[in-house]
Amino acid sequence: MLSVAVQSRRGMFELDVGFSMNEPGVLAIFGRSGCGKTTLVNVIAGLITAQRAQVTLAGERWVDSDAGVNLPPERRRIGYVFQEPRLFPHMSVRGNLLYGANRAPSGEDAKAVSIGFDEALQLLGLEPLMQRRPAQLSGGERQRVALGRALLSRPRLLLLDEPLASLDAARREEVLPYLEKLRERRIPMLYVSHQFDELLRLATQVIVLEKGRIVAEGDVAQVSRAPALRAIVGPDAIGAVIEGEVLEADPRSGAATLRVGAGVLHVIDAHAVVGARVRVQLLARDLILATIEPRGLSVRNSLRGIVQDIVHEPDADLVEVQVGEYKVLARITQAATAALSLQAGSNVWVLVKAVSLRPHG
Amino acid sequence: MLSDAELDALQLSLSVATRSVLFSLPFAVVVALLLTRRRFVGRTLFDAFVHLPLVLPPVVVGYLLLLLFGARGPIGRILAEQFDVRLVFSTAGAALATAVMSFPLMVRSMRLALEGIDPGLEQAARTLGATRLDRFFSITLPLMLPGVLAGAVTAFAASLGEFGAVITFVSNIPGETRTLPLALYTALQSPGGDAAALRLALLSFGLGLAGLLAAEGLARGLRRWIGR
Repeated sequence: MLSVAVQSRRGMFELDVGFSMNEPGVLAIFGRSGCGKTTLVNVIAGLITAQRAQVTLAGERWVDSDAGVNLPPERRRIGYVFQEPRLFPHMSVRGNLLYGANRAPSGEDAKAVSIGFDEALQLLGLEPLMQRRPAQLSGGERQRVALGRALLSRPRLLLLDEPLASLDAARREEVLPYLEKLRERRIPMLYVSHQFDELLRLATQVIVLEKGRIVAEGDVAQVSRAPALRAIVGPDAIGAVIEGEVLEADPRSGAATLRVGAGVLHVIDAHAVVGARVRVQLLARDLILATIEPRGLSVRNSLRGIVQDIVHEPDADLVEVQVGEYKVLARITQAATAALSLQAGSNVWVLVKAVSLRPHG
Repeated sequence: MLSDAELDALQLSLSVATRSVLFSLPFAVVVALLLTRRRFVGRTLFDAFVHLPLVLPPVVVGYLLLLLFGARGPIGRILAEQFDVRLVFSTAGAALATAVMSFPLMVRSMRLALEGIDPGLEQAARTLGATRLDRFFSITLPLMLPGVLAGAVTAFAASLGEFGAVITFVSNIPGETRTLPLALYTALQSPGGDAAALRLALLSFGLGLAGLLAAEGLARGLRRWIGR
């Protein structure tokens, strides 16, 4: 388990954060730029010393400011993937990959990531690049090499500080599947991002940071509904995330059905594999509420639920509806709330078009 | 083609410049590292001190060296008594004088190279388990090599031409401290030495040009090697 408590003040900025992470898994730290994410990660890595901090990983004390303990970064065994790839320009891809590997202590270490050289190459698709220099690689390739370099140093924890932020959308899509593979290998990761959709795909646990403090935490489903998130991602990006299992998939039409709790959800996912677990975000602005069962509509999903709560926002209402064991959020006008006389306890149908739902792996 | 005296002066110049560069190189690397990577009290003063030879008249530098390293100077006496080393009037002394004079040039070019290295690379090396010395030899030094080379070449060229500090500190002794510029000066001082002076001037010219071309070629190769 990783446990972290940090108090630090730099000028006007104050960071005061405490959390713990159950490994293995992906703990995502989410927040706007300037919220203290990178500072936090650098304290964990040991690149910054905070005024007061306690950091332990699996019983090993890395930082304890009260006891004067501060293990230097080179002895913490972390794999740090920075925002920029930071590859060594005078070494080939092979040289870069071996840099950390050659410096990692040999011998068995149950707590460390153990991944063979060839295995890592295959996992990250690096074989064709081995003899090249970093200057000859594309942005996505560089970041994959950086990921491989960090993995091969046999780290106990992977820190990823916005590893996709320097890439364009296409390159991000190129690297994301590799990160998902790492999650499947149960490598403990701390993933910093200001892109909610990345977290959606990767995180098992989320911390939302705002002005140096934690304003929401929990699993993706919990955090996706958190009011604190609304202020950060904006009303259009808010929506519940639910997880389901692929029941049917038709790669030709792209249509797929998910089993979600006791119900079924129709979605569009050309890459769906029957039996796989996927996450899908139901954006609040895409949901329609009805008080009677609708008929003759093209909308593919119609879910019965009960209104739990209505949050009045300046320009709309955010209605939380319990559907089976899931909660979803619908954003509707205040006039609509009034016309349907919605209140906590109302029975409703939640409508959402299948084409609005695009699951993530 | 070249007279014995000219050959002597040429050899001496090359020997003095080589020794001077080899001697000051490690110090220059350390000083450049201190000035770019460390914050310490008196850093600005130290910086100014290192750069003094650039702005002081060379004669002053030669004179200060004479005071320090002369037979009765505080360092000179220790060197003579403990190690039987005498710098005054010797080739080694000439090398020391040129080393001091060209030191700021060397440091300057290394500093530029160091400032061009992304500190993030050393951080990355650190998280990958590299200790301080390891980081220096595996990352910092290779990446600053073009700057080290440029500094060495500039210092070498400056050493070939150093006049004031050399003649003040170690005098003008044929075969011992009479380098090319000193030989040229001597030729100018002697009646009918114009032709000899011109030959020496042309020699210096050719030497400088060859040095610069060689340096450029080397730098190009190095840059390719470090992948920039």
